[in-house]
Amino acid sequence: MSTSLQLPRAVEDALRAVNPSLSRRSFLRSSGALVLSVSFGAAPGGRALAQAVQAGPYPDPDFLQLDTWIVIHPDNTATFFVGKTDGGQGTGTAFRQMMCDELDIAYEKTSLVMGSTDVTPDQGGSGGSDAIERDGWPMRRVAAEARRVLLELASERLGASVAGLAVRDGTIGIVADPSKSVTYAELVGGKRFDVTLTGRNVDATTGEAAVKPVQDLRIVGQSVPRYDIPAKVDGSLTWAVDMKVPGMLHARNVRPPVAGATLRSVDESSVASLPGFVRVVRSGNYLAVVCEREEQAIAAARQLKAEWTPPAEAPFPPSTELFDYIRRAVPTSSGEPRVTGDTQAALAAAARVVEAEYEVPFQGHTAIGPAHALADPSDGQMTIYSNDMKSYGLRNGVARFLGMPRDRVRVVYMDGPQVYGRTAADDVGFEAAFLANELERPVRVQWMRNEETAWDTKGPPYVFKLRGGLDAEGNLTALEYDARAVDFNHLGYNEPDTVLIAQLMGRRRERPAAGSAATPSIKYGIPNQRLTGHVVALPLVWETPLRTGNLRDPNGPQVTFAFEGFIDELAAAARKDPAQFRLGLIEASAEDDVFRKARSRSVVRAALDKYGWDERPSPKPRSAATIATGRGIAYTYRSNTVVAVIAEVEVNRETGGVWVKRFVCAHDCGLAINPTGLSHTVECGMLHGLSRALWEEVQFDAEKVTSVDWASHPSLRHSDTPETIDVVLVNGDPNPDRPDLPHYGAGETSHKPVIAAVANAVYDATGVRLRRAPFRKERVLAALRAAQS
Amino acid sequence: MAVVSLRVNGATHEVDVDPSTPLLYVLRNDLGLRGPRFGCGLAQCGACTVIVDGVATRSCIMPTSAVTGAITTLEGLARDGTLHPLQQAWIDEQVPQCGYCQNGQIMTAKALLDRNPNPTDAEIREGMEGALCRCMTYYRIQAAIKRVVRGAAAAAGAGNRAEEVAG
Repeated sequence: MSTSLQLPRAVEDALRAVNPSLSRRSFLRSSGALVLSVSFGAAPGGRALAQAVQAGPYPDPDFLQLDTWIVIHPDNTATFFVGKTDGGQGTGTAFRQMMCDELDIAYEKTSLVMGSTDVTPDQGGSGGSDAIERDGWPMRRVAAEARRVLLELASERLGASVAGLAVRDGTIGIVADPSKSVTYAELVGGKRFDVTLTGRNVDATTGEAAVKPVQDLRIVGQSVPRYDIPAKVDGSLTWAVDMKVPGMLHARNVRPPVAGATLRSVDESSVASLPGFVRVVRSGNYLAVVCEREEQAIAAARQLKAEWTPPAEAPFPPSTELFDYIRRAVPTSSGEPRVTGDTQAALAAAARVVEAEYEVPFQGHTAIGPAHALADPSDGQMTIYSNDMKSYGLRNGVARFLGMPRDRVRVVYMDGPQVYGRTAADDVGFEAAFLANELERPVRVQWMRNEETAWDTKGPPYVFKLRGGLDAEGNLTALEYDARAVDFNHLGYNEPDTVLIAQLMGRRRERPAAGSAATPSIKYGIPNQRLTGHVVALPLVWETPLRTGNLRDPNGPQVTFAFEGFIDELAAAARKDPAQFRLGLIEASAEDDVFRKARSRSVVRAALDKYGWDERPSPKPRSAATIATGRGIAYTYRSNTVVAVIAEVEVNRETGGVWVKRFVCAHDCGLAINPTGLSHTVECGMLHGLSRALWEEVQFDAEKVTSVDWASHPSLRHSDTPETIDVVLVNGDPNPDRPDLPHYGAGETSHKPVIAAVANAVYDATGVRLRRAPFRKERVLAALRAAQS
Repeated sequence: MAVVSLRVNGATHEVDVDPSTPLLYVLRNDLGLRGPRFGCGLAQCGACTVIVDGVATRSCIMPTSAVTGAITTLEGLARDGTLHPLQQAWIDEQVPQCGYCQNGQIMTAKALLDRNPNPTDAEIREGMEGALCRCMTYYRIQAAIKRVVRGAAAAAGAGNRAEEVAG
């Protein structure tokens, strides 16, 4: 009996972990034919129902049923079910705010379940900073529809026309007779709406009701504290990393010691006598050890003797030669140039031509918590407890990987360490499922630090060549941009033929993804432009630790470093203030003379005002002081969000140390759902950018990654933190009265211009242009010394 | 395997483990605690931090048999249902993004303030230096610590004034 209860309890624990405010009170699962309760203790028959839920199969919750999204409970509270995940940016709280506003119910009376494939509609999980921008809309519309339906039911119950009714916090009353009212719970509490929605796909899901005009939103726009934080600071949250089920085993991977090595033999006897040893699992070049206890698996993985044959050809050049390699390589593909005007002619006619090359190395995710997942093969199903940001993709991918029907696999999404694209291809979820399938027991896998830092997915390295032409008045007349990125075989999302275990097992797609080398989406008026991107490949394409995947704004920090750094060089060459130079280019833009231009202008000016920017060209007049100070600005768009970042730096001329003393960020992502949550996301995005500007670089020799822990792969620390960070939420719109002011994304935009802003500030302080990230002090010192000699 | 006795958050537990097992795995897997987490296994990041006899200790490399003192984990900071001032400040300042490292941040800050209740900004940076956050909540963490320091100073000031009035 107790065993049969364990797994449903685990499910409930998992769901409560997803949302700590979800108590043990019955909550309704709406995807089945009946209203099912997984709170098995509460109702007669609950236990059996809970087992039914657990046992599967797990059909997709139907996004065209209102009951899939919203459940009203008998105590007049509500639970929202959304197919998203929250990497720590507070999107879950924002979703609740949006849905509460449309439903007209107090925030405190609601809870939210996210991203668990069998209970929430498939909205794809997270990625691309589109949670608020795209996925928030169907949430708002279905909540508005629920309110409409409830008003109709109340109209019938109270015998009054809908027009004569008013809603206040889940209670509908007659305006003319306040003594008559009915609660949402009295209308549908514990029952189904049974309302079918329309829409071609989940993003288009809608009912008949219109969403509220912005001016009527009350909960949106408030800085509601994030609901997930208390349980994260008192230790009560069950994270994916904490998940346990009866009979579970622990596994650790054994990676090839040299990239591209072939596993020749494994000596199982080297670990067979270790305490807790269960099994060595090998498939192709994938190798893992499974033990009863976690520390046993770690010890066994370290002790396992295996013989590997190195590849015949070096898998990649050492990182010290990477940029030369990129310059020399024959591209695997080249994008069609984006051309405006005649750049060659304009450059030939220019009064001054400026040229520069920029370089950005591989940079990794290096999550604070290495990848982990628990897979449970009980009952002929496969349940994966995971922090995969794209849990639906993991479900689909694992089903194909194991050859299981999709509705026999589910992913229970739980909190985890930061994602930013890493878990969009959740290698470890596949590994746990594979091992659980092999052993026919639940298996938990976690990567080790050196494994995570060496083998996680990485942002592509770039070499950029830029040329710009200025006329006699210092106006920018021509720009040529040529980018090369190592991005061949860019990793897809949870694909069963590209995740690491599939590569190592030899289950690869025939044709690797082409990848891309991005060009800047220029919002400046530059009459002649030629923008080109080329992809190059390293010798080893598969089974390599240098796998490119999506890292927070996948190409943005690199491209913006080069582009906004080069714009700064042009401003300096024209002896113009770099902010005014940019404002001039924004005014010259013909692309969109109202919306984008107005928002760009507002954001740049807001940053300048907040900073107290004095107009002058860079660099500052040279001083003899050891600590040189300066300021730099960078501006960019990402999707529909616009941002300007100003960095104020102190550069130590004797050590090369760079400290950003102050950041100012002006940010416009349209309607702000939760200003404090937004502001913190913007702030942390900048500091993540600062870490990439100052520290982060994947280093490798000709056979393996050598930056494998926090000593060899340094990251931003407390001492690097600015003294002051000012975030200005402009959230403007040319017409503030418009009722449909959209909400755009904010997860990546402030991250994007930081490397450029810091480099521009260092130039202002010292007159030395940094064109190679990251700006570690030895590199900065060398640049300072080179400028002196 | 051997039976090891551990005093954790005021309670004594006996666990049957290989005595060389790092404390982290015993706390998490045998005692079911969720505060300390695996980050590096190298004592480099701080995610696994617990306090042993007042000292912030990296449980990921500490053999269980080497621990003789009283262990406090994140779960043990609250008193009588009231959060520790640092935990409350973490909520008030809305510190975490993902939150995975915050155990280490809070426990390191606790040991820091126990040592030095009124640190300067530079002392906060120095004291927290070894606690890594990859969501980069450092500015918020420092703000939360300063909030606790200010709160303690204000409470002490109020206490002094009350004494003066009483005197």
